[in-house]
Amino acid sequence: MKRVRAEILSTRRLGAYQSLTLVAPEIAERAKPGQFVAVAMPDDRDFLLRRHLTIHQSSRRGGWAGTLEFVVDPAAGPGTAWLSDLRAHGFLDVIGPLGTPFSYPKRLTSCLLIGEGRSVAGLYFLAQELGARGKRVDMVIGGSTLDAVFKPIEAKRLSQLVTVVTDDGTLGEAGTVIDAVEPALDRAPIEVVYAAGKVPLLSAVAAICRARKLPAQVAVEERMGCGYGLCGTCAVPVASKDGTTWGHVRACVDGPVFNPARVVWDRWRATGATEAISKDAP
Amino acid sequence: MASTRSIGVDVAGVALATPVLIASGCAGTGKELQGLVDLRRVGGVVSRTITVEPREGSAPPRIVESAAGVVWDTGLQNPGIDAFVATELPALAAASPVLVSIAGGTLEEYVRVTGVLQGRAGVAAIEVHLSAPDRELERPVIGAHADRVTEVVGAVARMSLVPVFAKLPGGVDVVPLAVAAARAGASALTLCASPPALAIDASAQRPALGASGGWLSGPALKPMTLRAVAEVHRALPRMPIVASGGIRTAGDAVEAMLAGASAVQVGTATLVDPAAPVTIAKGIVAELQRRAVASPADLRGVVEIGTPASVQEEQRA
Repeated sequence: MKRVRAEILSTRRLGAYQSLTLVAPEIAERAKPGQFVAVAMPDDRDFLLRRHLTIHQSSRRGGWAGTLEFVVDPAAGPGTAWLSDLRAHGFLDVIGPLGTPFSYPKRLTSCLLIGEGRSVAGLYFLAQELGARGKRVDMVIGGSTLDAVFKPIEAKRLSQLVTVVTDDGTLGEAGTVIDAVEPALDRAPIEVVYAAGKVPLLSAVAAICRARKLPAQVAVEERMGCGYGLCGTCAVPVASKDGTTWGHVRACVDGPVFNPARVVWDRWRATGATEAISKDAP
Repeated sequence: MASTRSIGVDVAGVALATPVLIASGCAGTGKELQGLVDLRRVGGVVSRTITVEPREGSAPPRIVESAAGVVWDTGLQNPGIDAFVATELPALAAASPVLVSIAGGTLEEYVRVTGVLQGRAGVAAIEVHLSAPDRELERPVIGAHADRVTEVVGAVARMSLVPVFAKLPGGVDVVPLAVAAARAGASALTLCASPPALAIDASAQRPALGASGGWLSGPALKPMTLRAVAEVHRALPRMPIVASGGIRTAGDAVEAMLAGASAVQVGTATLVDPAAPVTIAKGIVAELQRRAVASPADLRGVVEIGTPASVQEEQRA
């Protein structure tokens, strides 16, 4: 984990979202899929907490070496609106990489990646790393409408079979990501499931994987104070290894990636968190 | 040279390298800040609040932003005093003096926690958290009543071998509570704990926090902190005061000292900027130089507030 003053290399609009690419070699070198960065807000505003943003892309090699990309939803709240208005050559105070990353399967080879809205951003980094390890990747992605589906063409490029769903049917099938999970599992010999998003989606994925006895990892989103383990506000209820007791652990340092079978979903109220991992009300 | 000027302070017999401490609940478990700030340059660290038994704390979400602040509630999640002294205390005490924050729902629970801390290495002081519910007298805030402040602080102070700081509740008339704590044997006062607050999720039509109600922290609190510090300093001029609530910059810290504080605690600002406790201490050094004074003690209580109108009337009568 490093704290750096990172220059914004470029920004671009991606449907409903805004992507920012930073020059941050100290963080980019270490970043793994599922991890996030904590970005400081300006001093003179009345919103003050850092925004916690999943790493969408981290380049260790090639012409983009040392760069780091994350994605915000400008409509989510004042912090992401501020980030969305920034232009290249500005500077951000960034701490990262933070949190536990996804782990890659050693033996198993066929993976399904599930996400909706902006939460999908972190899964592309994962898909790339899985592909580099010779794994098969399928994806189920979605959003409320066409604009809210994050980079569907990129999803096609990174995976064998892609299911795209929107609530209103403006892109792919009409329906929800949850509804599309079972058909995707029936269509290919999936051995491992990865998901990112909010409690309703992740708890549904957890139930499906439990019923099908599929190993899974999920990246959770919970409101964070600091992002590096100081305040204990990003609580996730997790069962003990033997399943007899449970306790709250921190999403920021004990997660955000968890085994969904260990999360006590019934104790976890759906927060509707949307800004980053996340601050503002929806 | 700025770096050679010492801003070490002695607060009720606790020697601090700088007058800037990390407030309770904002320093993690002792490992998290490594690499983000040099803890040897932090005046001191207040631990998260520890109770007799482990507590799982409140349901998420536990934090939401409000204008210039945060509304939060962790439900005092902590591993219990026995696990704390075995693991967190040594990690916290490795780099800077530790004030252990303690709480209970009954007088006996405060006494039991103090008993475990008695004579233990690495405990520079005890900070008595008084904002939790009183289970014995069925009151929402144990420290909002002078009778209970006297009992709890008195019991802890009689048992403790290290100085006892009483952290008084926020959002209440604090002077009578400060007087009670002082008479009961508190060595210093921390002013104040976060006042009670509520955040509402309008779209879901329910409280935004899992715990329902919460506590307000952050820059929004500074004027309340200054008022409490100034009033208590006027009532108890010799009692050391640690200002807590809304201190974000060196300028804020200087204002708190001018109101009567000997030191400050930095909470929410540490969550946003882990180096804030060190940056603020550096800024205090610069401010002392600019004012050509030797130590933070020279700023203490320079700004006096007038006698309240009600007291003036009594005096005339």
